[in-house]
Amino acid sequence: MRRRHALNVVGLLVALFAVFPVVWMVSTSLKSTPEIFSGGPLPFPRSPTLEHYRTILTGDLIPGVTFVDFFRNSVLVALATVLISGLIALLAATAVARFRFRLRTSFLVMLLVVQMIPLEALVIPLFLMIQRLGLYDTLASLVLTYVGFSLPFAVWMLRGFVAAVPVELEEAAAIDGASRAQIFRRILLPLVAPGLAATSIFSFIVAWNELIFALTFLNDQSRYTLPVAMTFFFGRDDTAWGPVMAASTILTIPVLVFFLVVQRRMVGGLAAGALKG
Amino acid sequence: MTTSPTRPAPAYRRGPGRLPYLLLLPCLVVIAALLLWPLGQVAVMSLYDLDSVRQVRGQRPWPFAGLANYREILSDPFFHTVLRNTVLFALANVFLTMVLGTLVGLLLHRLGRRMAAFVGGCVLLAWATPALTGTITWKWIFDDTNGLVTWLFNALPSGLSSSLFGRSEWTGYGWFNSPLSFFSILTLVVVWHSFPFIAVSVLAGLKSLPGELLEAARVDGAGPWRSFWSVTFPLLRPVFGILVVLSTIWDFKVFTQQYVLAGGTQDRPTFMLSIYSYATAFSPPPKYGLGATIAVVLTVILLVVTGVYVRSLLKQEEL
Repeated sequence: MRRRHALNVVGLLVALFAVFPVVWMVSTSLKSTPEIFSGGPLPFPRSPTLEHYRTILTGDLIPGVTFVDFFRNSVLVALATVLISGLIALLAATAVARFRFRLRTSFLVMLLVVQMIPLEALVIPLFLMIQRLGLYDTLASLVLTYVGFSLPFAVWMLRGFVAAVPVELEEAAAIDGASRAQIFRRILLPLVAPGLAATSIFSFIVAWNELIFALTFLNDQSRYTLPVAMTFFFGRDDTAWGPVMAASTILTIPVLVFFLVVQRRMVGGLAAGALKG
Repeated sequence: MTTSPTRPAPAYRRGPGRLPYLLLLPCLVVIAALLLWPLGQVAVMSLYDLDSVRQVRGQRPWPFAGLANYREILSDPFFHTVLRNTVLFALANVFLTMVLGTLVGLLLHRLGRRMAAFVGGCVLLAWATPALTGTITWKWIFDDTNGLVTWLFNALPSGLSSSLFGRSEWTGYGWFNSPLSFFSILTLVVVWHSFPFIAVSVLAGLKSLPGELLEAARVDGAGPWRSFWSVTFPLLRPVFGILVVLSTIWDFKVFTQQYVLAGGTQDRPTFMLSIYSYATAFSPPPKYGLGATIAVVLTVILLVVTGVYVRSLLKQEEL
């Protein structure tokens, strides 16, 4: 019994360590400026205020550009990434889950290997590519890049979902005279939808969180995505922790919500077959 | 063996023909253009003297430099510092992440159902938090005027604080000023961010183990230490192997956390390979060729680790 208690106490300490920064971020964003300056360890705001949210949402951080613009840029980039990456991944996942062909295994091995390429090492050559394509300082440059980064894992994740749809359903439809396109649209697509949603969330998080490439490919401040804007106005004024934490909270919350929806798949996908072993 | 009458394959499954390749085509094009081509290109760029954007755009010729870039960095003592920083940081972080993650995984396995769900949920939140905002929050916690850590140290009885640390006033103390304390905080941030994945994966592995084995070990009088090393670890060796490799890869190329904690690319004494490559290429005066060379070194190190990873994965996974 005492052992059980000891374990529970350790468990609570672990939970505290894990969750504390998140709680601290949200609570700081809700504290009044004087309370932040008092620097106390109170994990909850004494009298919650939305003043910092008002500051970042209405105030012009840079003349003519507000936080809302950065938010919109981020949403645009993430949505475009999700759509393009999801479509391409679905086609590829169907190919590997439904057909046996000669280069299938090679393709799967390649998917694993390319996921290990350190993206940080690709900033310089991709900068060159973006410059030459005339895409420098456009949001399209980021969409292109993020589609490339999210695709291998998206295919890897999605092929399991496609494989889980019973082939018999498709065969039955084929016997009833449905064409391949019809089978794809009427049978496979609806049944794979949950998997597609999970994959989309993964791609969304990749695009939403990315900093280095956005930092490198964007120049005009009105085109900054949220992460770039964060480092920008975070670097300028080190004392404005209230607005900084409010902005951080806005950036973080969608990711937390989405992540909790798909976390099981992420574990399964990342550690691949290891866990079955 | 009975000879079953050969059933004609349904039209749908008859010889796939070119269809699977057509379906794969967009994916292959994207991967080739955005991952494989740049990977080759970074190696090519490392062989040239590139120091202006116009060269990158292809408007000016590229002077071939052969291996001069490699000679330059290999003979540069600063590069050796960077390499040492990177390797030591990665080793320390992989070790700490694995130990903490495994302990938390074992803990989650032992806790009651409700408690495990609660702790597991909190741990997942740490994992899910974007590297950027997590790091910004840690930076705020270590802020030198109003940060929580500064407040806590100020709250220590001043006699105790002076005898332990030689100072009682912590306001204005630069937590990020010395490389050692910078790397300690960076380690805290990175371990905080990466132990959840290890914990969740180890937990999943533990759940897949037959309970009787651990039970038998306990009946035979094995303590927790003994039963971990004699039963759990050998059975989960493949899981641990892959987790170590994945952590190594991630910790070798930490960028965002370092960039945010250091407030950009000015803090040279704390450089590691990825930020060094970036700063060399993009901080004025730009040196794209030299930056590419450093990126190649990073890639080669990680390729070796990846080789180990893929081999161990191929042994287990039924593709």
